[in-house]
Amino acid sequence: MPRNQNIKSVLIIGSGPIVIGQACEFDYAGSQAARSLREEGIEVTLINSNPATIMTDSVTADNIYLRPLEKKYIKEILEKHKIDAVLPTMGGQTALNLAIECEKAGLWKKYGVQIIGVDIKAIETTEDREKFRLKMLELNVNVCKGATATSFLEGKEIAQQIGFPLVIRPSFTLGGTGGGFVNDASKFDQALNAGLHASPIHEVLVEQSIMGWKEYELELLRDNLGNVIIICSIENFDPMGIHTGDSITVAPAMTLPDTVYQQMRDLAIKMMNGIGQFAGGCNVQFAVNPVDDTIVGIEINPRVSRSSALASKATGYPIAKIAAKLAIGYNLDELNNAITKTTSAYFEPALDYVIVKIPRWNFDKFKGADRHLGLQMKSVGEVMGIGRNFQEALQKACQSLEIKRNGLGADGREVTNQEVLLDSLANPSWNRLFHIYDAFKLGIPFKTIQNLTKIDKWFLHQIEELILLEKEIRKHDLDSLPSSLLFEAKQKGYADRQIAHLLECYESEVYKKRNDLGIKRVYKCVDTCAAEFEAKTPYYYSTFVDGSHTSPLHLENESFVSDRKKVVVLGSGPNRIGQGIEFDYSCVHGVLAARECGYETIMINCNPETVSTDFDISDKLYFEPVFWEHIYDIIQHEKPEGVIVQLGGQTALKIAEKLHRYGIKIIGTSYEALDLAEDRGSFSTLLKENNIPYPKFGVIESAEQAVELSRELGFPLLVRPSYVLGGQSMKIVINEKELESHVVDILRDIPDNKILLDHFLERAVEAEADAICDGEDVYIIGVMEHIEPAGIHSGDSYAVLPTFDLSENVVRQIEEHTKKIALALRTVGLINIQFAIKDEVVYVIEANPRASRTVPFICKAYEEPYVNYATKVMLGEKKVKDFTFNPKKHGYAIKIPVFSFNKFPNVNKELGPEMKSTGEAIYFIEDLQDDFFVQVYGERNLYLSR
Amino acid sequence: MKYTPRKEALLLLEDGTLFRGIALGKTGTIGGELCFNTGMTGYQEIYTDPSYFGQIILNTTSHIGNYGTLPADQESDTVKISGLVCNHFSTIYSRNTAELSLQEYFERANIVGIGEVDTRQIVKHIRNKGAMNAIISSEILDVAALHRKLLEVPPMNGLELSSQISTPKPFVLGSDEAEYKVAVLDLGIKTSILENLTSRNIQCKVFPAKTSFEEMNKWNPDGYFISNGPGDPAAMPYAVDTVKDIIETETPLFGICLGHQILALANDVSTYKLHNGHRGLNHPVKNLITGRGEITSQNHGFGVNEEDVKKNKHVEVTHINLNDKSVEGIRMKNGRAFSVQYHPESSPGPHDSRYLFDDFVKLIKNK
Repeated sequence: MPRNQNIKSVLIIGSGPIVIGQACEFDYAGSQAARSLREEGIEVTLINSNPATIMTDSVTADNIYLRPLEKKYIKEILEKHKIDAVLPTMGGQTALNLAIECEKAGLWKKYGVQIIGVDIKAIETTEDREKFRLKMLELNVNVCKGATATSFLEGKEIAQQIGFPLVIRPSFTLGGTGGGFVNDASKFDQALNAGLHASPIHEVLVEQSIMGWKEYELELLRDNLGNVIIICSIENFDPMGIHTGDSITVAPAMTLPDTVYQQMRDLAIKMMNGIGQFAGGCNVQFAVNPVDDTIVGIEINPRVSRSSALASKATGYPIAKIAAKLAIGYNLDELNNAITKTTSAYFEPALDYVIVKIPRWNFDKFKGADRHLGLQMKSVGEVMGIGRNFQEALQKACQSLEIKRNGLGADGREVTNQEVLLDSLANPSWNRLFHIYDAFKLGIPFKTIQNLTKIDKWFLHQIEELILLEKEIRKHDLDSLPSSLLFEAKQKGYADRQIAHLLECYESEVYKKRNDLGIKRVYKCVDTCAAEFEAKTPYYYSTFVDGSHTSPLHLENESFVSDRKKVVVLGSGPNRIGQGIEFDYSCVHGVLAARECGYETIMINCNPETVSTDFDISDKLYFEPVFWEHIYDIIQHEKPEGVIVQLGGQTALKIAEKLHRYGIKIIGTSYEALDLAEDRGSFSTLLKENNIPYPKFGVIESAEQAVELSRELGFPLLVRPSYVLGGQSMKIVINEKELESHVVDILRDIPDNKILLDHFLERAVEAEADAICDGEDVYIIGVMEHIEPAGIHSGDSYAVLPTFDLSENVVRQIEEHTKKIALALRTVGLINIQFAIKDEVVYVIEANPRASRTVPFICKAYEEPYVNYATKVMLGEKKVKDFTFNPKKHGYAIKIPVFSFNKFPNVNKELGPEMKSTGEAIYFIEDLQDDFFVQVYGERNLYLSR
Repeated sequence: MKYTPRKEALLLLEDGTLFRGIALGKTGTIGGELCFNTGMTGYQEIYTDPSYFGQIILNTTSHIGNYGTLPADQESDTVKISGLVCNHFSTIYSRNTAELSLQEYFERANIVGIGEVDTRQIVKHIRNKGAMNAIISSEILDVAALHRKLLEVPPMNGLELSSQISTPKPFVLGSDEAEYKVAVLDLGIKTSILENLTSRNIQCKVFPAKTSFEEMNKWNPDGYFISNGPGDPAAMPYAVDTVKDIIETETPLFGICLGHQILALANDVSTYKLHNGHRGLNHPVKNLITGRGEITSQNHGFGVNEEDVKKNKHVEVTHINLNDKSVEGIRMKNGRAFSVQYHPESSPGPHDSRYLFDDFVKLIKNK
């Protein structure tokens, strides 16, 4: 059946602010779906409260509603627009829940809106554990033994029947909140209670535990005819027991024989068909008993998900785009493969490489949190590595993590304490992968490691093999290392730095040796079809191959360098607290702006959840770690005019120094200026020269110096290491004892770091400004006033745009300081400056000459494309005076910080100079009498700790 | 576990392109037509599929050998491919029930292989230049000597292979109580095809490739099945003649792959050698009668001429490939015989097309 011509206008529901369990993968899905529908001439209306999303841009949708995801706003939209259909499958559980709520209220029916992409009954079947279980039994699909309980008593009875170990899963919760394993009766009561409370309908499933079984996911698409395809099989490296969002996952499945895989495929199709007849995407999870290959159905999600975003990036198959087309009536056989453009979209991608996804955790932000991994998701982001073999993909994923490691091992940071390792193997936290490596290295027997981790032996052997290779390499020095061994190490994903560590030489020496030997990266295409057909889409990853030896040696590189002028945009890597979706937003707009200026744009990023890694965005996408070696090789290959570092947050910015050192041009603000802003000493000199006030401060390198300096500056003091993200390890101290202990802590975590002590301006008001500067003129795009007092990280504060109770005099000082600083730093591009205001004096706290977290918020509030403008300024294509600025100023916009504290029951919501929020929402108010504003304002001091 | 140094092997293509990699399986030298398979699972089924007889298989998937080998996964008694080209070969396997590692399995079956070559480069090479012969060696490391050996490998075009691998004498499979009797012409049949028949209340009698119609007819079957197999269909006039005789009787007939090509030839529809064959588990096919699609398992280097079918009075196209629109299924307009180019038994591969076996049973039932 071709497209349903009755659908002319579609409402897409977004997923709201980023929280643990629901991140920017839904911006990727939503924006892809919106583009896919608009291609068909359909009017797209979008609702999402998250301003830092591409989906809520005018480039993506026709009508945008930056409103809370609540029924009353849906009603408002339906009254204003003639909506034919709602697509609720692109915004995670939040969107599905809202769609159900509206359905129950009869809203869709009242306004004649058809629900597409899913079936409400299907959502209910999949979300209600008992309905799901009964449905599966009806379909003859194996499920775990279990039953649902709505009371404590019922729960106890069920447990008595099943026996231990068992698992408690609350109904209708995000990311497994409130669930957990219970190994014996003693812990059961407490866990049952917690589960019943976590569920909004106070219902839990008490179920047989299959901890340690192998875990798999399949991503499905179905059309109206009932044709179903499997886009990707994903195998969890971590067996059952750890939430899939917290598991290391691999695609395609590595250890499944065809017989078991096809059985799983049949079951998945049966399950999808069984829950309802709808056209769209679906994710199905299975567990496989390693002893006899018995398959058990775990869950089914009738929507796009974190895993479908991963599957799209892993295979090149744009699931959300195709799912949107299916939702409006197309059949799979009527659509084309977006990568080859010539073959059918009705096929199952074949991979000739491996991807490894590793989650990124931020436990350091949640003091006192239980750091063990379990059924409840705790990670805040993820990275994906692509390689020609598992080991290469694994190393590349580890290099992408930005946890100060150079990959898996070979960096001198091994743990050698047996007790610690054995405990970590059995009770996994974020570092188990590294500890498996350490355990092999220490000589802990294979069997022991397997017994404790329950990880499939094939995966464990892959890690063991790395240790064996390292031992072999260590027998040599740089000169004696045979070419074949160096090649093998590169093929297995080792970074030059890791090899240098093993050989005890410099990274540059390894680089030189391998280049002299002709061991060079080549780029291969992610093409959905294992090269069976020609691919038209430039989506690449690097690898090392031994090419054809028909002289001369030919290493096949599929990334052809064009003769156009090029620019590289560095992405922001994995999402984490302090560096989230806002930076991806800026990267995407940077890419689009550079394209408009006629540049060939090259994106480098390793975060599969993002829009920037959608192959439709840039001219060329290199899905590679934002890690020096990879970046440098791409630059050597492409020879771009320069590199844009100021859009990708701290990740990209910290590459600036090396780029500068290697003589690679940084587009926009120079490295010297970036460095000057970071270097507190020189920056204060600059402020002093420009007569700009700043809090008294000093730089120290030891606790002794700190105490000495504190006597001069006076308490309270703000203590912070330099070059950190989101106020990491920042703290306000009020006496010498606290100061001493915090400085010692910092130097333990970040040795040799310089530490700044600022006199903390108590009860000051905080404000910040973002501006675009071309080196001559400065345009301030927005000045925001924080509702909370100084002392709470700007990312955790409610910020009001424009300022709401600062005097004219103060605003004038802010504007003057901003202009002076931007010019003094010779900023070319964006700059963000933070201020503290006390007694009508404006003090400068810091300046960051890069795209800030608040830029997307201002773009949305004022409806102007500031990142686009700033990029054109950076590239020298435009001057500030070339733009006509016309911000839409009406009332106030409030940036609302959103936290994920509910994932960590033992952690109090305490705010301070270190950022804790995971996401943000935008809220518009007419005036200061607004109820919401009055309430927030009233509570402004509530959470301030230190 | 110990670090194992890599042992060298060479892969030389007919057009002189040379690859160096590491030796796998048995030490030795082997030649054959080089063709690739894009399936990500089911290597053992592929290696034992008689349709691959004499061919060197290149698996595009990044890892091979991960789950070992198991007697139950055999598609025939022995390994039928002549050699293997792959990216990363695993001597360590995951599956608890597996009996042998792929390395041990190959050593026992005398299979020579090469790993750690840029399989993607090779695929693109043969994608552009077409299927060609190749030779793998882990003993002759002199390129000139290897090239001389390569010249001895016969071209696939015009090659008849079925009679070499077909059963030497007839045998019966399935219960005597079964409702229907199907005579199977074995041109290189896969075990799972027979299982798909016998599990549908059918007793099969499997006949050697060169059996005449009269011989088969003596058993008095309710239907005929013409199997898959290796080689060029145009080089098998004996099978074409048999099928011509069968269709004259209007007894239900079902053909798969080579059997499909033979049915076409028996109706004067010609076959041709594809630029590079369809070999994988992900090929989209549309059933023109139901309008439904199916993801199919494919393995063929020859195809049925579409123009010929369209002009033909007796046959019509029932299935097409959605990627290149080639003919994937035909049936005789009298409804008595049908065949598909792909593998509905799909072992390995998705089970979307198994309904065809049910259709065959229905055809027999309603005869």
